[in-house]
Parts: sequence; C-alpha cells; structure tokens
Amino acid sequence: MTALADVHNQVMWNRLISVVEEQALTLVRTAFSASVREAGDLSAGVFDREGRMMAQAVTGTPGHVNSMAAAVGHFIREIGEANIEEGDVYITNDPWLGTGHLHDITFVTPSFRNATLVGFFASTAHVVDVGGRGYGPDAHEVYEEGICIPIMPFAKRGEVDRGLIKIVRANVREPDQLIGDFYSLAACNETGHRRLMDMMDEYGLDGLEALRDFIFENSRAATLDALKAIPHGTAANTMTVDGFGAPVTLAVTLSVGPDGVHADYEGTSPVADRGINVPMIYTTAYTAYGLKCVLAPEIPNNFASLEPFTVSAPEGSILNAVHPAPVAVRHILGHFIPDTVFGALARLMPDVIPAEGAGSLWNIIVSMRPIPGAQAAPGETRQSTEVMMFNSGGSGARPTKDGLSATAFPSGVMAMPVEAIEHTGPLIFWRKEFREGSGGRGRQRGGLGQVVEIGADVGHHFHFNAMFDRVDHPARGREGGEAGAPGRVMLDDGTPMAAKGRQYVPPERRLVLELPGGGGFGPPEERDAELAERDRVRGMTDEG
Amino acid sequence: MSARVGVDIGGTFTDVALEANGALFVAKVLTTHDAPERAILDGLDKVLATAGVGFGDLGLVIHGTTLATNALIERRGAKTALLTTEGFRDVIEMRTESRFEQYDINIELPPPLVSREHRHVAGGRISASGRELLPLDEDAVARFAELAATAYESVAVGFIHAYANPAHERRARDIITERAPHLAVSLSCEVSPQMREFERFNTVCANAFVKPLMASYLARLDEQLKAAGTTCPLVLMHSGGGLIGVEQAIEFPVRLLESGPAGGAIFAADLAMRHGLDRVLSFDMGGTTAKICLIEDGTPKTARTFEVARTTRFKKGSGMPISIPVIEMVEIGAGGGSIARVDTMRQIRVGPQSAGSEPGPAAYGRGGESPTVTDADLLLGLLDPEGFAGGTMTLDTAAAAAAMVRDVGEPLGMDAHTGAIGVKEVVDETMANAARVHAVENGKDLAAFTMIAFGGAAPLHAVRLAQKLGIGRLLVPVGAGVGSAIGFLRAPFAYEAVQGVHVRLSAYDQRALAAAFADLAVEAEKVVKAGAPGATLSRTHKAYMRYRGQGWEIPVDLPDPDLSHEALMELFEAAYVTLFGRALEGIDVEIMTLAVRVASPVPAVEAVAPRRLERAVTGETRREIYDAGAGRTLAAAVVARDVLGPGEGVTGPAIVTERETTTIVPEGAEAVAEDDGSLTITLGDAA
Repeated sequence: MTALADVHNQVMWNRLISVVEEQALTLVRTAFSASVREAGDLSAGVFDREGRMMAQAVTGTPGHVNSMAAAVGHFIREIGEANIEEGDVYITNDPWLGTGHLHDITFVTPSFRNATLVGFFASTAHVVDVGGRGYGPDAHEVYEEGICIPIMPFAKRGEVDRGLIKIVRANVREPDQLIGDFYSLAACNETGHRRLMDMMDEYGLDGLEALRDFIFENSRAATLDALKAIPHGTAANTMTVDGFGAPVTLAVTLSVGPDGVHADYEGTSPVADRGINVPMIYTTAYTAYGLKCVLAPEIPNNFASLEPFTVSAPEGSILNAVHPAPVAVRHILGHFIPDTVFGALARLMPDVIPAEGAGSLWNIIVSMRPIPGAQAAPGETRQSTEVMMFNSGGSGARPTKDGLSATAFPSGVMAMPVEAIEHTGPLIFWRKEFREGSGGRGRQRGGLGQVVEIGADVGHHFHFNAMFDRVDHPARGREGGEAGAPGRVMLDDGTPMAAKGRQYVPPERRLVLELPGGGGFGPPEERDAELAERDRVRGMTDEG
Repeated sequence: MSARVGVDIGGTFTDVALEANGALFVAKVLTTHDAPERAILDGLDKVLATAGVGFGDLGLVIHGTTLATNALIERRGAKTALLTTEGFRDVIEMRTESRFEQYDINIELPPPLVSREHRHVAGGRISASGRELLPLDEDAVARFAELAATAYESVAVGFIHAYANPAHERRARDIITERAPHLAVSLSCEVSPQMREFERFNTVCANAFVKPLMASYLARLDEQLKAAGTTCPLVLMHSGGGLIGVEQAIEFPVRLLESGPAGGAIFAADLAMRHGLDRVLSFDMGGTTAKICLIEDGTPKTARTFEVARTTRFKKGSGMPISIPVIEMVEIGAGGGSIARVDTMRQIRVGPQSAGSEPGPAAYGRGGESPTVTDADLLLGLLDPEGFAGGTMTLDTAAAAAAMVRDVGEPLGMDAHTGAIGVKEVVDETMANAARVHAVENGKDLAAFTMIAFGGAAPLHAVRLAQKLGIGRLLVPVGAGVGSAIGFLRAPFAYEAVQGVHVRLSAYDQRALAAAFADLAVEAEKVVKAGAPGATLSRTHKAYMRYRGQGWEIPVDLPDPDLSHEALMELFEAAYVTLFGRALEGIDVEIMTLAVRVASPVPAVEAVAPRRLERAVTGETRREIYDAGAGRTLAAAVVARDVLGPGEGVTGPAIVTERETTTIVPEGAEAVAEDDGSLTITLGDAA
C-alpha cells in the first residue's frame, strides 16, 4: 500500500519541519545575543547519518540556508565515524568549517536509536562576544576577531569538557552569557532528538533512510519542475557598493538550465583588508536564498532541494575569502548577494524581479560611557552600555507593488523596540521614523528608508561602530525606475561621519542616520495618479 | 437563585445559554450583522419561552462578542487619529521592520490601523525611567485638538514611555477634551500600560478605532434589554476570561476582543474542575478554525499580548499585536470546512482556506466543489450521510468522493478513500504540531494532560489528535456546540491590571515593589467592584522576569506581593528551570512587568465522580470506519448518545452520535457516560 506509506511519509516530513522549528524556538527564547532573539540569527536542522540535511528551520537569516550542511560533513570527517558515540556533543566556530564568522557557534549532536546512529541535529547561534576586538569590521586578520574553537567535543559521552570551558571563559567579555548559550545550543539539539524518537516510536521506524529518500525525491522533483518552467540561458550582472575604504564590485554570471542554476562570481573584487570579507559558505547561502525566492519559494530547504543550485567564486575574491582574512561582518556584502543575483535574473524574467533595495542592514553598536567627572541626571546612575541595533532601509519596488518601507530584505531581522533599547542604558532616541522622499520614483515606488537620531543622556557620551553601506552607491531602479536615496551619516550639526568603523560622538551632539531607500520600478510618469496623490497626502514623497 | 443568561455573538450564529431553576436551556439563531442586538433579543425570546421564564426574572445578562474583532478585521471603525511623540510618527507602520514570510518577494504587510495622514505629532519626551526629557508641546496638542474636533470621531494618544510616566498623555487628553468635548479619547497609559511602543500604540489605536461603534452598540443593547423588561445588569465577557461592567467595556472595548473563545476556555476550565482534572488541553474545532488552550488547576493559561486580524494563512506576524491580558490560545486554520489540495511537492495541504457553511463542503451539495475535512470524514465513515445535523441534512457521498478524487486522488494516484485518509492525517498532524509547539513554549509535557473536546468537528478528530500527542484520556461534554455561551455563565467578575516597570534584583526595593502591586490592585478592584459590589475579592500576583540581557520575560506567579529578594529569585529560577531546563549563574535578574488579577469568587462546582464502564452498549447498527491509529478499516458500533445513562458506554471501535456532532471511539478504547452526561474516553494500549 504505497499510497498510504506516502501519506505517512508526508506527515513525518511535516513533523520533522515542526521539530526543527521547535529546536529553533528553544534557542530564540533562551539566547542572550540580541541578534539571535531579535534578528533570528540562528539555525537548526536535522541531518541523515551521512550529514545531508533533511529539514531546516526557517529563521531570520538566509545566511544560514544550508550553511550547516557542509559543517556537519566536516564534523563527521574530523571526529571520525568510529569515534561518534551516544552522549557526544560537538562544537566549532571556525568560520570556514562553520557558518562564516567566529561569532556563530555551531553545535552538532549525533542521534542514536537503540545504540545505532540514525542522524544528527545541528544548531548555530550568533553569540554576544567571542573576545578579540569585539564585533565590528576593523580587524585585519581573523586572529584579531576572537577565539577560534576548532571542531572538537563539547561533551564526550555526556561529560562536558571542563578544559574547553575554562579556556573560553578566559578569552571573552561575557563568559556567563556565552557559556549559557553553549548549553542552550546543546539543549535544543537534545529537544530535537527527543521529538525525533517520539516520531520514530509512533511510526515504528528503526532508521530514517526511507523517509529521507521520500523527502529528497519529492524535493528534487519539485525543484526541477520549477526550473523547467522558467526561461533558460545565461545572464550576467554587476553591482558596486561602498565596501570599506574602496568600492566593491560584485559580479555574477548565472547559467539557468532545466537541471540547475549555477552562479559564478568571476569578476568580483578581491578580498579587502578589513572584516567585510565573505567565506564561500556564506556566499553560497545567500545565493541559494536569492534564487529560491524567485524560482522555488514553496519548497522547504534540504539537501535535495538545494542541490540544483551551485555556486563558484574565485579563491581570494571578496566572496570567497580564505584564512586568515578577517570576516566578522561578512553579512554586509552577504546581504547584497540576492540583489546581485536578481539583476542577472531580471534579464531572463523582467516581469518578476524587484528593483534593488537598501540591501544590507544598517547595524550599529553604540558604546555609551559616563563622562569623567560629570554627573548623571537627577535620579539616574552613571553607567556604561554596549547596545547592538538593527535598522532597515527601504526595499526595492516590485513589478506590481511598491517597495516595503523600513523593512529588511534579504535579512529577516526584527528591530528592537526603542523603549526596550532605552532600558538597556543611557541612550535616547530622538527620532525613528520614515525618511520622506527617499523611495526611488517609478511606476512602483521604492520603499522608504528611515531617519534615526540617537543621543546620550546627561553626563554620558558615546562611540559607535558603523556597518553601513549604500552611502555612495544607492539602490538602482529597474525598467526605467529611479534610484532610491543614498544613505547619509552625520551629526545633528551637519558634521559628516564615516559609514564604517568606530567613531566618537561628543556630548551634546546627536548621531543622525538617514537610511537608503529602495529603487523604483518602471517609468515614474506611468505612476497611477491616485497612488501619487495618496503618497503626497501621506507625506511619503516630499522630502521633509 | 435567579436566572442567568449567556449570549455569544459569533460570525455566523448567536448562541444563547440560559440557566434557570438548575436547568440549562440553549438556543442558536443566525447573527444579524446590521443590528446584532436583534439576534440577541430573538434568541432570548426563544430560550426564555422554552424555560418558562420572563425577561424580568433574569438576574444577569452576560455577553461576549466578536464584533470588536470583526470591526478590526474588516477595518470598519471610527475615523481615528493618533497623536504621538514627535519623531515617532511611523511606529505602527514600521512594525518590527521585518517580513513574516521569508521567501515571498511579493509580500504585502498589513496596512496600519491609522494611516500616516491621520498620525499627528507633538513635541515632548519621557525617558525610560519616567523622567521628563522635554516638556509637552501644549500648543501643538491644542492645534491638533482644533483639527480633530471636526476631522475625527475618535482619538488615540500614544507617547513614548507613557507607561512609565503618564503625565503627558493625561495633559494631552485634558487639552483635547477642553477643545473637543465630544471626541472619544483613548490613552495608551490606560489601555495598555506596557513597554514596547509598537504593541502599545497599536492597542490604543485599536481601542479608539472600535470605541464609538461598541459604545453605541452596547448602549442600544442595554436599552432594548430594558425595554424588553429586564431589570438586571448587562455585563461583558473580556478577553482575559472575566466579567466587567458595561461602563468599563465602553471605555476599553479592546478588552472585548476574543471574548467568545475566552468563554470556550472558561467552559472547559469549569468542566476540568467538576471532573477533578488538574491538567487539561482544551480543543475547540469548528468549521473554519481550531483553538487549543492549556488549562491547569482550573485556570486557563494567560498572556499579555496576542495578535488579531492575521492577514496571511494565520501566520505569526501577519496581523496586529494587542497587548492586553488575554487567555492564550493557539488558533489553527483547520476546521470541518477547510479545503484540501495538493501542492507543487505532491503533498496534501489542508486549509486555512475554508469553504465555510456556504458553499460548504462538496458533500453539502450547495455548490462547494473542493474537498474539505468534512468530506474526508464522511468518506472514512466517521459521519453518517443520513444523520447529519440531527438528520436535517443529507450528505452526498458521491460528490465528496468526486471532489476528493479530482483534487487529491488523481494528482497523487490514490483512490478517494486513501485521499481521505491523507487529508485527515494531515489536518490532525497540523493541529498536533501546533499543540506540541505550544506545549514546548510553556515547558509542558502533554502526556499528563486530559483533552476536553468541543465544537462541532472536535469529537471527530480529538482521538487521533490525542494519540499523536500521547494523551490517553479525553472528555467530550454535552452542549459542545454552545460552549462559549455556557462558559460565560461560569466566569467570575475579574480584571487584570498590568504595569510595565523596570526593576533590577541587584537594586531591589521590597517595599517599592509591594507598593506598586498595591496600586495595581486598587485599580483592578475598582473595576471588579463596579460589577460585583460587596463580593469578597481574591488577588493573584504575577511578575514577568528575565535574566538581564535576554529579550523575553517569563511569567512568575507570586504567592504574595511582599517578597524578599531571595524569595523572588527562588521563584524566578524555579519558573526558568520549568521552561528551559536549567538556571543560569552570575547574571542579574530584572522584572519588566507586574500584573495583579482581582476576581470575585466562583461558586463551588459540583464534583462529578468518575464512572467506570458498568454496561457496554453494543448498538444495533454497524458502520465501516477507518481507524487511523490502527491503520485499517473496522466495523464500528453506532450508538446514540442520548441512550447512554451514567456508567453506560461503548468499547471501540464505536461511533457515538448526537444532533450536533459525532464522537469516534477507536479500537482498544472505551467511552463511558458520566453523571453530567459528559463522555470520558480512555485510549487503550492500541493507541
């Protein structure tokens, strides 16, 4: 009765996806890092015994799409199949073996059933601190960016490696929080394992092979069906963005065929001497995300659904940085990869692809300090605080819809409430609202950026670490649409500030960020009169 | 004891439940959308006539309604303005700056309740600690008031950190009221004094948006009830599962959101107490959605915030957040009318699109062509084509089979029966996954729970759901079709007052915290005393706490508002361990929100002692049903529920039929009728 078996396999596939979502949820709720809980900067997945991904949670960061897949393979090779035992938990944060920078800690836990290995659970979380310079683009080599934990056991047959914990604690700024996150990672894999065992009990399974084959066959077939239905051919695109110190050109050539899509980044700029470089695994993840958004959005991510999407980039280019290049803020260029890919796809499918958007999140770390000798405001205390924040510009206009204002794409980040941020220390937001007139004009308007104005409370001053882009290179429009407004970084008296790196804001001054808007789609003169009037009434178009 | 009546207005039906002289009388009439009070009066007429009771004999009319929810979903409300802090005009439109659907490049975000041209600003700023950073620009407020007087019907005021210091919002109200006394003004510091501006501003906008509508409706209802001869008070069920007077309801109509489902949870909680069940999963499945709620020690789980009016497939993030105390429920787009189809991966998907009651499932023969869950149930033998809706409707098995074959069978190479098995398994799995995730979020192991199943479709699906969740015992009450209205009769007068705070335990001041709790208790008592004068009130205290640096708070029940540092720490750690398995060391703990619930006493319930199966009724007819747990088709005994006396029951496989629904008892399980008519199902090892 194969039809009925298919029904059961389908139900179990749904269950697996639910299990990894549960795994991810556990992490989100216990993690300390703002980027995990607000930005969903984490990953959770279940793998077969060969390390091929069967299901992965949809989280806030496409940068993790399939990124653990290679990692689990590395773990199996490094530990050695014969040494994998029940009760083991493995760890790494090696950017080239894990997920692209030291701040991501990856945990892999083998799943045993009746003393036989049936698969693996893996999870990744962006942690608060890994020592080194702290999170930012300023390092020249990865050694400056923090401690690197090679692939090794975190626990062997249930015994946690105390030596590892001691070394890590001695090398980071927030040891309690980091070790807390280690245990959260281990616990969420354990949750996944327990749910899997429940499911295997319910359906009387000893192994996952049949279910894996079902998932892979259906996913592959669905992906290939989707690829058959689109125009085939080769298309190229280049996009230049600000980079750090010098502009960076991202170049891609897509070969779209019925059996797969290959993205080749030949022609892309070489590595930079600051931490904006991108390891290959992260380039692959964002490329797959961009392609899947357009070509196969409904198909869950797994080994087979992602297999038809392949990526190459010249070694030593900024999208295939090799050790010991600094890579801490690889997300900046990573976030531009989908727009780069879209530009090539637009040549094959012009009616489907949005205009360019703000792309990279405007992440900022604010370091508030009491001014020596100065008093805090009455009733307040002098305090030091580090706050990391996410802010989003406008997304590109779509062929039939305006772009989204102050909304992240491709990242799935959630901004923290202003009221919550202000509870963390002596900083005050004086403004956080739409940046009027910043959306690129077009038949469909680009999404608006936003204006953010930040100051210190009485008796404090601050440094900030900027990770902004599209100040010199705004989001381009498509099909006759105009570019979105470029970003601007300055003080409230008009003093210009740099878009990247650590800078000082004197007391009494405020930092003003004007985030870029998205590009427009289609000629502006074709814009519907009613929509134009609505924009005017709402103050969306008039630069205020 | 005088007669009491509960009235629940739903999207399709208005349910009335009357309790008089120790007996329960129910009526179901069609909702009259243009003037909902008409259906109420109509339903009351019917039920009072049946019971032989007059309007003048009523001691209390308790009302719950989805009207406020529907007004938000349909964006049918007052012309509303938001007055907010200068620099923060777009908070309710910027939302969380994220997309709720990661892979949809054509995603539409839900439009804000108050669009940008109606959002006005005034200078002034309060800090996180409640300090005035910038005085209120009173001229700007006055200019706004002049404009609002003619341009708007209702005004929401939402300033940054107003929960920490409400002075600017209150002053703004004075200025507005002075210039435009006819305007309804809602303040965020009163409607939802909690931190997080998006949620709070949206909540105050929602309150302002529905206020004039609800005020006029409630006034009309009150008037017509009096004209009909009632002399008793009209009270309202609120989303937190308690009753409030009509004046509070008019002031804070946002508290009426989801009052119908809250009634359902109270209905289940009351049953749980009668049957001595301390851990219960309530499962309410109707035509379009299923709702799941955790109930422990007779108390439904509550939360401080929820989302209404989800626009896309019930997806988290696609609706609008409302931060008020609420009975926490998981809503799944799965009901009898949910439509099944096959997606690009050749997988069966069910819902959330629903055929509703019009055109309804294919089997209704009313023009519905898509296969639904009800069609699958029919094809699997779980429904009797002749006996549907008490025999008032005949189901068309051939039409159900044809729809199932066309939309599910053919694409997958299955016959109608196997397609139906797939549809039922998928919908049951979807609900089970939602329940499982909800249990995990709350650190609960469902294996120790009993399921209470009500709503038209629940008894058909409850057993399979229980099997998937490892639940071994179920209760199917009588009156399952009007559970919410009955629940209204069981609810106490109750109100939860909530306040955002910021207390670090490293700088803890026991007296200050006790004083803050006391202030909240005074506020809540004022509301409850208005509805239940003279009652002895109980207070329960809760603090929402977290490790410093975390983004989520967890609720911690406090036995006493006056606690030492050590006692608080111990309670927090115990709650944290329950949820996450282990406590952390060396990290400061902070309290972000305080909540006090004040309630009037609930009359002691009559305990229902569990019955053993003394006599198994075998029934005269048999029907072939597909038993998903056993994985095969079995001949099941068909027994009418009303022939089962206390202690009588059936052994599976069996079907227990009644007018409103059908209960499936699988192989290896048994069902026994309790003294109150409830059926208890115990699953055997075969499950």
